[in-house]
Amino acid sequence: MAGTVKTLAHSIGEYKKQTIISPILMIFEVACECTIPLFVSALMNYLQDSIGREWVSEDTTYIIVVLCCLVGLAIISLLCGLFGGITAAVASSGFATNLRHNIYEKIQNFSFENIDKFQTSSLVTRLTIDINYVQMSFSMIIRMCFRAPIMVIFAIVMAFLISPTLSWIFVVLVPIMGVALYFIIVSSYRIYKQVFRKYDRLNESVEENIKGIRVVKTYVREDYETNKFNDANMDLSLGFTKADRIVAFTNPVFTFCIFAAYIAIAVMGSYAVVYTMPDGTTGAFGALGVGDLSALITYGIQMLSSLMSFSSILAMIAMSGASAGRICEVLREEPTIVNPENPVYEVKDGSIDFHNVAFKYAKEAEKYALWGVDLHIDSGMTVGILGTTGSSKTTLVNLISRLYDTTEGEVLVGGVNVKDYDLETLRDNVSVVLQRNVLFSGTILDNMRWGKQDATEEEVIAACKLACADDFITSFPDGYNTYIEQGGANVSGGQKQRLCIARALLKSPKVLILDDSTSAVDTKTDAMIRESFRQYIPSVTKIIISQRVSSIEDADMVIVMDNGTINGVGTPAEMLEKNAIYQEIYTMQHNLKGDAE
Amino acid sequence: MPRGSRNGDTVSMREATKDGTLGRLLKFVVKDRKAIIALILFFIVCAAVSNVTSGMFIQIIISNVITPALEDHDITPYISNLVRTCCVVGALYLLGIGGTIGYTQLVAIHAQRIMADIRRTLFGKMETLPIKFFDSNSHGDIMSYYTNDIDAMYQFLGQSLVQFCSVGLTLIFCVCMMIWNSIWLALVIALGAAIEIIFSTRMTRANRRAYQHQQTAIADTEGFVEEMMTGLKVVKVFTHEKKSLEDFDEKNQNLNKYMRRATIIGNTMMPVLNNLGNLMYVIVAAVAVVLFIFDVPNVSLQSIALIWNHNSLEPMSLAVIISFLMYSRQFFVNFGNLSNQFSQSARALAGARRVLNVLDLCGEEDNGYVTLVNATKDENGNIIETEERTHMWAWKHPHKDGSITYTELKGDILLDHVDFGYVPEKTVLHDVEIYAHPGQKIAFVGATGAGKTTITNLINRFYDIQDGKIRYDGININKIKKDSLRKSLAVVLQDTNLFTGTVRENIRYGRLDATDEEVEEAAKIANAYDFITRLPQGFDTMLTTDGGNLSQGQRQLISIARAACADAPVIILDEATSSIDTRTEAIVQRGIDQLMAGRTVFVIAHRLSTVQNADAIMVLDHGRIIERGNHQQLIEKKGMYYQLYTGAFELE
Repeated sequence: MAGTVKTLAHSIGEYKKQTIISPILMIFEVACECTIPLFVSALMNYLQDSIGREWVSEDTTYIIVVLCCLVGLAIISLLCGLFGGITAAVASSGFATNLRHNIYEKIQNFSFENIDKFQTSSLVTRLTIDINYVQMSFSMIIRMCFRAPIMVIFAIVMAFLISPTLSWIFVVLVPIMGVALYFIIVSSYRIYKQVFRKYDRLNESVEENIKGIRVVKTYVREDYETNKFNDANMDLSLGFTKADRIVAFTNPVFTFCIFAAYIAIAVMGSYAVVYTMPDGTTGAFGALGVGDLSALITYGIQMLSSLMSFSSILAMIAMSGASAGRICEVLREEPTIVNPENPVYEVKDGSIDFHNVAFKYAKEAEKYALWGVDLHIDSGMTVGILGTTGSSKTTLVNLISRLYDTTEGEVLVGGVNVKDYDLETLRDNVSVVLQRNVLFSGTILDNMRWGKQDATEEEVIAACKLACADDFITSFPDGYNTYIEQGGANVSGGQKQRLCIARALLKSPKVLILDDSTSAVDTKTDAMIRESFRQYIPSVTKIIISQRVSSIEDADMVIVMDNGTINGVGTPAEMLEKNAIYQEIYTMQHNLKGDAE
Repeated sequence: MPRGSRNGDTVSMREATKDGTLGRLLKFVVKDRKAIIALILFFIVCAAVSNVTSGMFIQIIISNVITPALEDHDITPYISNLVRTCCVVGALYLLGIGGTIGYTQLVAIHAQRIMADIRRTLFGKMETLPIKFFDSNSHGDIMSYYTNDIDAMYQFLGQSLVQFCSVGLTLIFCVCMMIWNSIWLALVIALGAAIEIIFSTRMTRANRRAYQHQQTAIADTEGFVEEMMTGLKVVKVFTHEKKSLEDFDEKNQNLNKYMRRATIIGNTMMPVLNNLGNLMYVIVAAVAVVLFIFDVPNVSLQSIALIWNHNSLEPMSLAVIISFLMYSRQFFVNFGNLSNQFSQSARALAGARRVLNVLDLCGEEDNGYVTLVNATKDENGNIIETEERTHMWAWKHPHKDGSITYTELKGDILLDHVDFGYVPEKTVLHDVEIYAHPGQKIAFVGATGAGKTTITNLINRFYDIQDGKIRYDGININKIKKDSLRKSLAVVLQDTNLFTGTVRENIRYGRLDATDEEVEEAAKIANAYDFITRLPQGFDTMLTTDGGNLSQGQRQLISIARAACADAPVIILDEATSSIDTRTEAIVQRGIDQLMAGRTVFVIAHRLSTVQNADAIMVLDHGRIIERGNHQQLIEKKGMYYQLYTGAFELE
């Protein structure tokens, strides 16, 4: 817990000043607020004493001074409250901004392994909902966490100043209330934790229903689902009720304490006031003026209500503990791939070597995802990779641009171990078109410039021509300025793939990897893309993963993957002759063709 | 920025009263529990009364015990007074505590019941809404009815509403007591209250505006985060990390600006109100002191009553001042609370309005009267209705004259000159004509958006056609009850949509009264039996949300088993295998082939290999059937299908 706080506190950054000032202002506010009743009671006592004697000008002066003090205090208190709120707002929203920045920055340094571990949706949650909770707690802490206990302390001190004997009432009541609140919070928190889990499950099942509404409706299961929901809903409601009923005791406990204070003060106070003589002698309950009675009660209310708000703040902070933990997980995560110390900044050529490479996704995993890979690819070769889903084709190529690090063995690009390269150099030279590719909202030009930030329009057009994308882009009314919607929703699958290839080409890489990147492109265009590769970028090493035999039939080398390792390597002709899997896929796909002719 | 504008919405109390949101919300509260509401109100009154007694208590003690005792310097004669007062007040306090316990417990119980009631109504309503609702609202938006809106409503019902009552009552009592004690001072308080009202309405309005700006900025940032997290691997591959961080920082700073503004307003409202209260307290004290010093006669309700009895006005007394000061403190604390609750309820009311709007939507209309029944044939070959499952069904067709005819369900479907558009002004299907005879396999091929799925949406009446007719075994499907129509069709979709529960429950989803044997039989038909029995708990393996612990292919097999279990005479396969690789597809295809045997089947396919053996293939383009025929015929035609088949044309 202390570690979590420390990690998070780091994000306060330049808002340290406000973070410290805000509680200080709050403390001043509390001080003023607590002093006001003291002055008022002094005033009342003075008036009480003045009854029955002549009013003199000193009296007027005294009254005026006290009243001025009071107004002054109220104004100071107002200003402290106002500026305390403002500085707290600046601090908390600044803190949240820094925290978002820090998490985002951290995530940018994540390797694929880190990303896989967290998953997209959970990263989004951490950057949004979790931060909200933490921000809320932060704001509570600087605004209320100091305010409430200090209010209790101040009020007790003030009460003792007025009447040491009567103040013992509070010394008794405060712990009673504290203990009661403690039990309420602890027991309700335990229930809430379970109930919120149920709540999440209920919402998950609602989500299932929304997503699967077609299934629900086709099987006419509306009533069935509604009944299922009603059961879960009732269960949830009972759980919440149980916890809410415990929390509902807070108010009566508070009321009880206040009332007890009233009666005790009234009884003992009466004795004290009556036996306080003008000559200074007092009765069993010490000295007390009439005005002090209301002051004592005011302090009582202040201390007990602060205690109550303190307890609900604590509960809130406890609830956000899980969020804080999740955020810290991200902040503390070590990127598994970092730049080497003396990195190599140049990639000589596009040759690739695998030396006895084995790889598993997690250290604890029993099974290797990839094993026993020895391979040499000459610079400028076109290599096709074939194999079923789960045969680790993608895993193999991901090692080349060091998206993952090998578990055993080494991968060399241009004769140098990939771990020795500067990451940016390596990835700019080994350009990968991922299987699950993404275009971003922005114009086509914007998207293309991901490959090269300062690319001229001519360069972009050249790359798009190479990827056979120029034709359809120019057919759009806005051409290269066509706005691509989030996730590339307004272009077809085949168009999207070609745009992604063009984007990768703009990097002018030495190695180009297409991970099943033409699956939605028709075979004719597919062939044209390959042809333009051959013509215009002959020196680039091209690695093509495909489900289609036709996409790799003209490669210099074909690799068939099966079950995490290389099943066979050779020219397409050789493979057709000796590799069983290649033959099987080949006949399956060519038979269909056969029908057609 | 749909999300921003959505959550940025606030509805003020006045607006909510005007458009009926508040009234309808209260109806949910009062419904069937008038007595309990009355009881809660009674308890609140008890609590409020005893709260207000406190101020009076001290006043009585001062004037009846302390002041006379001070003159005598002896309290003994007044002890009985003290004890009596304490007993009365003590009793009132007990009543107050009892009332507090009573209403807080009742509210805790009933607020949750009301919420459960609203959730239940909402879900029940949602299940009846037409598919159109789900197609035209994003899943996230629908979900947030259940999360954000309901949570906000709970805040309102569980807290604000009670606070309105109890704080409101306390305020009223306070005002009464203040007027009873001193009208002069009450006027001072009224002035203070006016200032607070002006201030808090200004703040609330500013708060609404700032909140909306903030929500827009949040939506902007969150949208960016979502996009960038989805494309995170692409960011890495293109070493775009720095640029991405820069872009993020820009949005983040913008968010900081608006969030700071909104938070400042939110943070300062309460402290300022409280401190204004303090200031008023001080001013009241000052005025009271001045009145006291100058022996100004105190005008109060009490004194007016006394004048009636020919007594003269008394000057301001200390007892009056002290108790008045306590009232004024109580008044301003409660007043601050009340304005805070008002400002907070704006979000809850916006949520309530959205939820109520959903409840107002029309459910699916169903004017069908032809129903599906189990049937058998008697010795004469006449169809008779029966209770048992006979694997033979009939359409039960009641006529106006009271007679009933039965038509055997065969799975003969005819689309006759059908036109359709999701919106009236844009037709997406033009003059579609399809005949599917019992046991035939009809395939639809065409680009995304050509209208393939739309046709199936019409057959099961997720949408209604604009022109033309669809006949099912010769009956216009508009006459068939939707439940019966849909029960006669089994659908396998690309998105498998399994539900949380065991594998068995998921398969049984197709037909709830299927026995365990029938479920297993269905799994065998779908070719899923083997892998299911190899799962750790076999058929009792729990599936997490959307079957995440199974592979794509396995999930698809379970959804095929579900369709097999439904045992419907007509089957629709909507891109059932498009997200599976070629080899896995072969396994799934075998399951599908067994499922299709002897049934009328509509297949929408992504890969042409799966439709080759169809009896008829319809090639769709822009909502029109441009080619039809079997595989051989279409290949010979050398048209669009041929081009698609030879890969000369892009499908997606």
